Formats: sequence, C-alpha cells, structure tokens
Amino acid sequence: MARRVTLRLGFEGGLRDVVVTIPDDEPAPWQWGEKFSVVGVDTPRLDGPLKAAGRAPYTYDIQLPGMLHGAILRSPYPHARIRSVDLGVARRLDGVRAALDRSGAAVRFAGQEVAAVAAVTLEIARDALRLVKVDYAPMPFVTAMEDAMRPDAPAVFESGANVGAPHINEIGNVAAGFETAAASVDAVYTTPVQTHVSLETHGAVASWNGDELTVWCSTQGIFGVRDDLAVHFSLPPENVRVITAYLGGGFGSKFGAGHEVIIAAELARMARAPVKLMLSRAEEHVATGNRPCSQQHVRIGAARDGALTAIELEQHGSGGIGGGSGSAVPYLALYRCPNLRTRERNVYINAGPASPMRAPGWPQGCFALELAIDELARKLNLDRLEMRRRNNPSPVRALEYDIGARAFGWDQRARAPKARGPIRRGVGVASAAWHGIGASGPQAQCVAFRDGRVAVRIGTQDVGTGTRTIIAMVAAEELGVPLQSVTAEIGDTRYLFSLPSGGSMTAPSTTPAVRQAAAHLKGKLLRLAAPALGAAPEDLVISDGVVRVRAEPDRAIEFADLCRRIPGDSLAADGEHVPNYGGYSTAQAGCQFAGVEVDIETGIVRVTDFVAVHDAGVIVDPLTARSQVNGGIIMGVGFALFEDRLIDPQTGLMVNPTMDDYKLPGVLDTPEIRAYFVEVANGITNTGVLGMGEAVHVAATAAIGCAVADAIGAPVRDLPLTPDRVLAAIGGV
Amino acid sequence: MSRRPRDPHHNEKIAAEFDPAADDGGPKLSRRSFLKGAGAAAAVAGLLGVQPAAADDAAPEPPLAGAAERLGPGPATFKLRINGATRTVTAEPRVTLLGVLRDHLGLTGAKLVCDRGACGACTVHLDGAPVTSCMMLAIDARGHEITTIEGLGAPDRMHALQDAFVAKDALQCGFCTPGMTMALSAALEANPNPSPAEIKHAIAGNICRCGTYPHVIEAALAAAQAARGQA
Repeated sequence: MARRVTLRLGFEGGLRDVVVTIPDDEPAPWQWGEKFSVVGVDTPRLDGPLKAAGRAPYTYDIQLPGMLHGAILRSPYPHARIRSVDLGVARRLDGVRAALDRSGAAVRFAGQEVAAVAAVTLEIARDALRLVKVDYAPMPFVTAMEDAMRPDAPAVFESGANVGAPHINEIGNVAAGFETAAASVDAVYTTPVQTHVSLETHGAVASWNGDELTVWCSTQGIFGVRDDLAVHFSLPPENVRVITAYLGGGFGSKFGAGHEVIIAAELARMARAPVKLMLSRAEEHVATGNRPCSQQHVRIGAARDGALTAIELEQHGSGGIGGGSGSAVPYLALYRCPNLRTRERNVYINAGPASPMRAPGWPQGCFALELAIDELARKLNLDRLEMRRRNNPSPVRALEYDIGARAFGWDQRARAPKARGPIRRGVGVASAAWHGIGASGPQAQCVAFRDGRVAVRIGTQDVGTGTRTIIAMVAAEELGVPLQSVTAEIGDTRYLFSLPSGGSMTAPSTTPAVRQAAAHLKGKLLRLAAPALGAAPEDLVISDGVVRVRAEPDRAIEFADLCRRIPGDSLAADGEHVPNYGGYSTAQAGCQFAGVEVDIETGIVRVTDFVAVHDAGVIVDPLTARSQVNGGIIMGVGFALFEDRLIDPQTGLMVNPTMDDYKLPGVLDTPEIRAYFVEVANGITNTGVLGMGEAVHVAATAAIGCAVADAIGAPVRDLPLTPDRVLAAIGGV
Repeated sequence: MSRRPRDPHHNEKIAAEFDPAADDGGPKLSRRSFLKGAGAAAAVAGLLGVQPAAADDAAPEPPLAGAAERLGPGPATFKLRINGATRTVTAEPRVTLLGVLRDHLGLTGAKLVCDRGACGACTVHLDGAPVTSCMMLAIDARGHEITTIEGLGAPDRMHALQDAFVAKDALQCGFCTPGMTMALSAALEANPNPSPAEIKHAIAGNICRCGTYPHVIEAALAAAQAARGQA
C-alpha cells in the first residue's frame, strides 16, 4: 500500500535526510541534487505563439452564430431603495431580444446591478439601458472609512453596525513586552483601495442547448463557475460546461459565477440565443472587487540589540459592502516577536465589495510593519537589514538576505552619504513570506497517442503564469520524452477536476497530479515495451525519447515506435495530488531590495532598481518564473506610487474609473529588476514545486516605502506616495 | 458619396439580418425614434440614412474632404483595406474601427481594454503608424491601409518581433501583447536600431497589468538585432 522513502531535502547549507511515507503508485518526491533534463531549463511558453500572433481565444474573443450582446444597468446612487423597475420601453427598442430585472429591495453601492438587456449589437444594448425606468428612493450613504466609523454615520446595512467585531490574535504579554523595550514606535499607516484592473474585464458568453449550458468565462476557477451555475439553474453539474482557454488576468477577482455570468446565462435562456456579456472598464473598477483600504495603528518595541519585544496592531479596513479587510498576517508571519496583539475590524461603506487580490492583506500589512521597523532601527541606530536579520525566523531567508545584499550592494548603498542636490537616493529592504504549497483535489490525465504525441489534460486554468508550459514540462520530465512531443490541454470542465487558480496554488497542486499521471502512463508504456525488448518492465528506462534496457542501453526502441504498438487509438492514465507530506518545510521565504530617487523639489519618486530573492521550491521554468517576479514588483510599484480608487463623498461615485485617471505603472515607471532563486528541495509533494505569484508581490511596496523614507529622511506613512505627501513629509523634517 | 433616399424600414431589416427568427411580434421602437425619445433629436436632426451599397467589388471609398458627409444613425455599408485585402462592412457609423475589426470581421487580436486610448491594447497600424482603434470610427479608416496583429504574422510564420516575444517571454496573460507588438513593430520599422530608451518611448502608452515590460524591452532589442543581422 505505502512505502517509506528517505529523501535528501533542504537547501545549500541546510540539508538533511527526511523519511516520508508515500503510496505505492506515487513516484518518489524529487529531492536535492535531482538530475533534470526538462525541468529547470528556461523554456518559452508553449502558448506563446498563439498569444503573440493574437490568435489565443480569450472569452472576450468568442463569437457564436446568432450571438447577442448583453449589458447591465447599474445604480447611479450609492444607497437607495428601489420602488420599481420598468423594462417595457427598453424591450420595445428595435434589436432588443431580452431584458431582465436584477434589482433587490435596495442598492448599497453606486454601480450595483439593477437590470440587464440583450440585443443584436452592444451599441443597441447600451441604448436600451437608457430606456429602463427605475424609481429610486435615495437613502443616506457613507463612502469614506473614517466617516463610516463615526457613531452618527449612515448605516450601510440596516441589520448591523458599520464597524464589525474585532478579529484578535494574541501571543505573550504585550504590555510587558513594551516595558522591556529600549525604544518603540507608535504611528498610523494607511493604504488606499486598489482595484485589480485585469485587462480582460469580467464576463462570459453563455449558450444553451435544451437544459445544457455552455459558458465561456473569464475566470480563475472553471469548476467553481460550473457549480455556481448548476446551483442557480437547478441543473446537475454535468449539464454545465465551463471553458476558459485563455484568461486576460484575474489577480484574485475572478472566482465563482459573478452577477455578470449569471445574467449572461439568464439572458441567453430568455432570448433563446447565445449572449456575450463583457463588462466595461468602469464597471470593472466599481463592481468586480478590490483590495480593501487599511488604517493601521502600529506600536512596536525592541531591545537595544534590535530584538523585537512587542508588536501591537489596531487595524481598520474597508472592503466596501464586503469584508476580508484584515492585514495582520504579515505581523504574525515575518518576524519573531514574543509579545504580539493584533485587532482587525471590517468597516462597511457604500462601495463595491472587496474580493481577494494578489496576497490579500499582505502588501498593506507589510508596508506598515516594514516602515515601522525602519523607524525603530533608526531610533536604535541599527542597520535596517541587520535589524531584520536579528528577528528573522527562517534559515532560507537568512541566506536570501546575504544573496540580495551582495547583489544589491546594500552595505555601500545604505551607508552612502546623501547627495546635496535635488535628487536624493534611498534604499529599502523588506521581507516576504508565503505558503504556496497547494492542496489536494486535482486529478490529471496523461495520454500517449499512436503517433508518439503525449497530451496532458487537467481542468485547471492559466492565469498568465505559464501553467500550460510547466505541466507539460513536468510530464515530459517524468516520461523521458522531449517537450516538443507534449501538449497541455486545460481550461475546460470536461477534463478532470482541478482547483481554482488562487493563493499561488496552481503549480503546487497541479504538478504532482500531472507527474503521477505521467508515471502511471510510463508504467503502462513500459509493460507494452517489455516483450519487444525481451526484458522486464522494471528493467526499462525512458530518456530523450528512447526506451532502453537499463543494463544494456543498446537494446532500445524509440518512444514513437513504441507508441505505434499501442492497441487502439491511445493509451491513457490518471493521477492525483496526494495529500502533502511533511517534507522539509512548508514555509516560503523571500526578500526584496529597492532603490529610489526622490526629487525633493517636485516630490516625484522614481524607483530605479530592485533585487528580489525568493524560494519557490523546484523552479520548473526559470524564464516564466522571472516574468512573475517582474510582475509582482511592478504591481507593487503601482500600489506604492499611483493606485488609489477615489470616491466623491458628495455623490458616492468613483471619480477615476478609467485607466488614465486610475494610474497604473507603465514601462517608464519600471525599475531594473534582478531576480534570484534559492533552490529548496522541500519534498512536500512528488514535485516540490511551490507557487510564487503572491510571494513575489508582498514585499515590493514596503521596500519602496522604506527606500523613500531613507531618501528624504522621513517616512511617508500613507499610500500612494504621491508628490504632495512626499513634499509634506520633507517639509516636516 | 452620393445620398440615397432613406428606407424607412432599414432598422428592421438590419435587425432581421442578425436574427431573422427572433421577433416577439410586439411594436418596435426604431433607433431613430429612440434617439428622438432620448432627447437627442437635435443632435441627429437632418441626418440621412444610407442604403447598403449594392456592389462589393468597388474601390474603397475615400473620405470626403470638406463637404459634410451625412451617415447614420442606421447602418452604412463601406469598404476598408485590412491586411492587404478589401473588406466590405455594414455597420452603424458610430461603430469604432476596433468594433468593426472584432465584431464584424472576426479579427479579435486587437483588444478593447480601456475604451479611451489610455492603454494601447487596441493598437493597429493605419498607413504604417500605430493608432488606438478604440478611438477611431471605422468610417474614418476608409481609404487607409490598416494592418492588425493578424496581418503581422501567424503562429506558424511569425514576424521576427513575435518570435522574440515568445523567446524572451515578453507576455504573461497575453491580453496586452497584440497592442504592444503593433506599437513596437511600427517603431522598429521607423527606427531599426533603437536604444532601450527609444523602445520604452514606443510602448509608453501600452499598459500591461502582469508587469511584463522588462521582457518586452529584451524582446524588442533582440528582434532589432536579429533584423540587423539579416540585413
């Protein structure tokens, strides 16, 4: 049933033998010093040509015969009762094929869904929305978190207070910890609401055939969408097929069947025709989720040697009418501190609900914590990296600090005297952690065809990280065939189940299932080869596309020739993700160093360079891994310098629901980025691959904030670090 | 362009072309009466409808200079030069070039992302120069040579720049890629030996939320180098 294997695990300078018990049909986990032929090699993504040539079919590109276009009418009021919705005139507009009322008794944010139509063109659908008559009874509203916290604030929900009950974490004795501190910092840090701004907006194309529903959907979780639709329409899940061949970004905002997906399917059923409904940019900003704002009151104390003695966090955050605004986790996870208390409270305002966004809570928490640690280090006259080393619980991160400091030139740059001119340089360092260890559930199928091709099929989706490519690489590695002969088929609920792509779970959850499926297929192929080579299956190996007798490598058969012996059309085998083993460690460490230039006359910040050092277990494709590092840092530049969802308190409307007034980082805002990976054999799955999309993002904004404080000699405690705030901080020095 | 008498039923005809089966038999509101009802009558008063043109093989109609050309609000039929071929389109004059490319001609490489010329995802070439096709009416593209990402190269015979995008992983989700590629290919055409600063300038208006810019710069430099090597 099961067998025990001893694995060499850990990292350079921290290796040990670990015994794990694994099922008999599971390949032994890859361990330290594993010799790979495909894995670990820079590999252009397999779907690159389709994307580069503009032929990759995103949901937004799906066109079906007779397809209608849907559009949603949204409330212009941030809080109102709805007395009536009249669709009569809209229905009569030429070209309109269906209209529906989506209003409940009340709307609680400007942009909430009220009604929807489907018409022969999008232009006509939008015309029709202007003919829907809605009788609103506006109600008092509040859109700023500070205002919502006042006792006399308008109630967002009739049923409860605007400020939720605190979520508390407590370790040790905080009061005693502050008594032993040689120095402490007491400050308030704030971060704004950030929106995901996936370039492909939310939306779907829905098509009915009797009681069978097919939905092309811009989603990070095809099976979640399938299940939501099955429940909504009271269908068995197998009657619903969800396809996401290509996804134009998600960043956490695209889980489940959102209103727009349900509406598309409802309209399609009413109109008896396929309906495409993709949201506009403004709708995307206001209604499809966001990273909540935060106000973090931090008290932090340390002994003279820099050892932290106490941390206290009083946090309020607002995800609009949604929750999930906490930012305490980094305080618990990044540094050792014996006395710690965090209290997080959701504050409700009349704004669109939050959704997960790339490392929920982390960039906010890291920004406040890392700035506070820098302020404390200055009081103690300690080097800021040394301060972090002293409180660092991770041996992997200790190595990463060394690698990063050397590459970045920390010692020289952190001690360099400040220039006299208007351009002031500064440096910052911040720590990262994550737990991209994946979970069980995914199953994969590996199929060999008679022409020698191999297909990997799994119901996962590629959010842009290169999932297709890495699962094909893992299958090629296990089978011993060239990558060119392997294709990956994903993004369809007709394949075996996989998890949603969130929490950096996709690579660690899918690759073990794929590797097991490939191992099972290899077993079947070797049994097929054994008679031809006159040897037992267990004496055969496959490498470089050739099946050989291990002891006599000249007795061999080409993989493609072997495949021609497959009876019938193909040979298939399944595999699954076995629950994680203990392995070496499930913690994932990183650190990032940032350099900035601040013009003290204009207050403009320019991020010049970054060094990022990360652990993501086995790096399957270093090329796409570096792309993820670039992306995590650049998104951090946006959060640090530009991004801010602004709501007019008088009208409750978002004033910058565009891509020019809501500014995103462009190429001219992009620093030079150098990425380093610390190889860790963790043995927690058969591949030991960890996810990295979030690990590479959590520290970036904090590192920039620390570098700006270093450059101007004063912290700017409110994001984004706009020129007015930078100048105000300089003025206060 | 000659003016033709307006067919009072042309809205209905167009709707029927899209879906002849769908008609619940109820009274219909035409787009013209809708515009009046919506208080936009002043804006469209005096506009004349245009009959669909009969022939598909006529030369592209050049835009009229000076004289007021009146089209709409109903669909008009006109010709566009796209990727070296003449295509005939019947669309309302308010439809953008991007809308015609995507919804009428099935050229879905260019993407609608910001809908206001702020992100570059809809970039195509107009007479070789990059334009944001979401900001341009299709009828204003008459008489110009339009090139889309589909005209630049196909997956099995890519433009050198597309090859370099793949090799350097200058794309992640890939949604900005067609626009980024079109902006860069025009820049490389104009300047085959660009500096990194010139490459950045060429894509300063192209937004990538995945943050793939460093690899885009590498790809552009590699493509330029490859092109010089061949020359």
